[in-house]
Amino acid sequence: MDEQRAYRFVMVGVGGQGTLLASNILAEVGLSAGFDVKKSEVHGMSQRGGSVISHVLWNRDGVCSPLVGRGEGDLLLAFERLEALRFADFVRPGGTAVVNDMEIVPITVSAGTARYPEQAHVEAAFAAVGARLLMVPGERLATEAGNVKAANVVLLGAISKLLPLPEELWWSCLERRVPQKFLAVNRAAFAAGRHAVP
Amino acid sequence: MKRILSGNEAIARGAWEAGVKVAAAYPGTPSTEILEELARFPHVYCEWSTNEKVAIDVAVGAAFAGRRALAAMKHVGVNVGADSLFYASYTGAEAGLVIVSADDPAMHSSQNEQDNRRYAQFARVPCLDPSDSQECKDFTIAAFDLSERFDTPVLLRTTTRINHSSTPVELGERAETQPRRAKFPRNPAKYVMVPANARGRHPVVEQRLREVAAWAETSPLNRIEWRDREVGIVTGGVAYQYAREVFPTASVLKLGVVNPVPADLIRTFAAGVRRLIVLEELDPVLEEQVRLLGLACEGKSIFPLLGELDPTVVRAAGFAAGLPVDRPPVPEPAIPRPELPGRPPVLCPGCSHRGVFWLLKKKKVAVSGDIGCYTLGFLPPLSALDFCGCMGASIGVAHGAAKAGLEERVVAVLGDSTFFHTGLPALANVAYNRANVLTLILDNRTTAMTGHQANPGSGQTLQGQPGGVLDFEAVCRGLGIRHVAVVDAYDNEALEKAFSALMRTEEPAVLVARRPCALLPDVRRQYVPLRVLEEVCNGCGVCFRIGCPAILKSDVIHAESRKPLALIDADLCTGCEVCAHICPHDAIPNRDQMRLLEDDGTAACPSGGSL
Repeated sequence: MDEQRAYRFVMVGVGGQGTLLASNILAEVGLSAGFDVKKSEVHGMSQRGGSVISHVLWNRDGVCSPLVGRGEGDLLLAFERLEALRFADFVRPGGTAVVNDMEIVPITVSAGTARYPEQAHVEAAFAAVGARLLMVPGERLATEAGNVKAANVVLLGAISKLLPLPEELWWSCLERRVPQKFLAVNRAAFAAGRHAVP
Repeated sequence: MKRILSGNEAIARGAWEAGVKVAAAYPGTPSTEILEELARFPHVYCEWSTNEKVAIDVAVGAAFAGRRALAAMKHVGVNVGADSLFYASYTGAEAGLVIVSADDPAMHSSQNEQDNRRYAQFARVPCLDPSDSQECKDFTIAAFDLSERFDTPVLLRTTTRINHSSTPVELGERAETQPRRAKFPRNPAKYVMVPANARGRHPVVEQRLREVAAWAETSPLNRIEWRDREVGIVTGGVAYQYAREVFPTASVLKLGVVNPVPADLIRTFAAGVRRLIVLEELDPVLEEQVRLLGLACEGKSIFPLLGELDPTVVRAAGFAAGLPVDRPPVPEPAIPRPELPGRPPVLCPGCSHRGVFWLLKKKKVAVSGDIGCYTLGFLPPLSALDFCGCMGASIGVAHGAAKAGLEERVVAVLGDSTFFHTGLPALANVAYNRANVLTLILDNRTTAMTGHQANPGSGQTLQGQPGGVLDFEAVCRGLGIRHVAVVDAYDNEALEKAFSALMRTEEPAVLVARRPCALLPDVRRQYVPLRVLEEVCNGCGVCFRIGCPAILKSDVIHAESRKPLALIDADLCTGCEVCAHICPHDAIPNRDQMRLLEDDGTAACPSGGSL
């Protein structure tokens, strides 16, 4: 992705998973790296356990629309597998999907009126889009790093590996948002995320 | 210094830099964070008012007192405050008065998608429509100046994508404004809107509008960006961003002042382009203004009137109309995927409304609902709400149905904050006109849906000061309602007993179901996750019908019933015990029993929050 002047990111997950924190950090990283940035998300009802989507755009020549169009996303970061599948059409051909290997069963499934899709569906969807799929075991790596709640930082670590910016730039933006006593855990989580990407 | 701010944060910053002294709001998505943010700045009095009309009156009073003032609300809040907006248009004020309307195209969190630029036209006040966070800040400051220059309230109108998008903003310093008055103005001809005085004010209002229109002709808030002259696009708000993204070669007339519009500037622009296009979200407000000037243009014949615009929608529509798009739309790839399970917002684990809706469903009563988290009681499997319209409508609608002579008794359900918002006058009406309405007040001690704002029941103010604690029971009894009961919303048995007793009365009655929201920090610290005793559960499935996200179907199938056992997700369960109460087989121990079972001290205590 070296000479690229603009990046479009879409972050999806379930309300309460930490997508907002991750998109805030991603926007700050872009600004620190000298891009113009915009970030868009919806608050309110969607946060009560519903699907959530945030858009983050970086552009050296100025961002216009605060929304990423369908088929325009360079990178989809999905905090949950079903949501990855739901928003698969946001990724452009040749783009990348980083998907947390995590299932959060919606009430429609636990009530028995719908079925949770298979991993094979996720793979087939991104193959059809023509996007690269990277599965990351966010919760497992975060637990190993010391706290399961750092899964969002693991995922940020993973996408940091895909972008041509120095690791320290990411960490300096993260550091400002993380309470002092959780710094070590988050540093380890971030590193684990980077290692998870070949 | 540049910082990434949301539109709401930028409006708060702009108000602060403009020297605002008083700000009032009622929380409502997508406007809520404006006051939450502003309340953190020094030298500004901020409050959650009981409703939007009160908020506008508070801001008007402060502006009468010569201090810059702001009221903020979601689009439908302006409906509640409209009466005040209209008199304020006639009176003007003594200092800057800005009213923020946050519209919600696509209805992410609303009951309609009304376009409040119409209100500015209707109330004859100027309207500014920013396109990003920098403009949110700049336009807020401009709105105060405009208000004082022309002695008019100014409507700052935003949309969800402006309120909740974040873009870099250049920060400035606060311009401390001196109060413009020492005393409340004594100027009846201007401030006492009896017919004789109002007749004197109306021509002033119309003249003012002409003067603002003349000012708008040269205001830097409006600008022409000349590019290729083949196509010219008139646009404003977030649609400006889509115009620039999708039609990068087209000339653009960007209108920051959308009421009144600058007629000569529009004429100049129209004369300079071959094909005149209007790109705007929701209603054809600008398009109508352009047409009134006798200019031919295209707008809603190309772009949708319903819902939100986005680059994909604008590109597809523009391409079909032969406009110069950045690139042709790509057909959506055929993605092989099964029908995906929806993920509707749900009542949270431990929600204090769950037991109430379980009861209402069981009793098969007609339920007139209201706006708040409890609106989610309409969703399956609870499916216990038959009506929801707008804030405070539950009680009046139930009253009307009762007075129409229905055989069945209609129950009104609303939350604590909604009760104080507009439920109170409706309950006074029930008390006065004596309908047999049973009103359920779901008192979770907070305004939960919009993110836990304080309210008159919780007794804390927006800026963290102790406030008055309004007593529901005393209020209801004070209205002359004789049958008032208060129960713990987690106590299914007590709830049912009180409900049945009140349903037997033939008079106005109120049942307050009280229990603090399970997401409040103090409550989070007290979670005790329950679990299902596998050896007792027979998979009867009753607990699946309360719609709790913490109750899952187990992989274990009961040997006789051949049905899956219930399983409680310990990370989600708060220990509200609603499932334990309704389990017909006592397969779910309560909190005390759990403590005994887990006496080895390993009981997990999920704490909320991130990182």
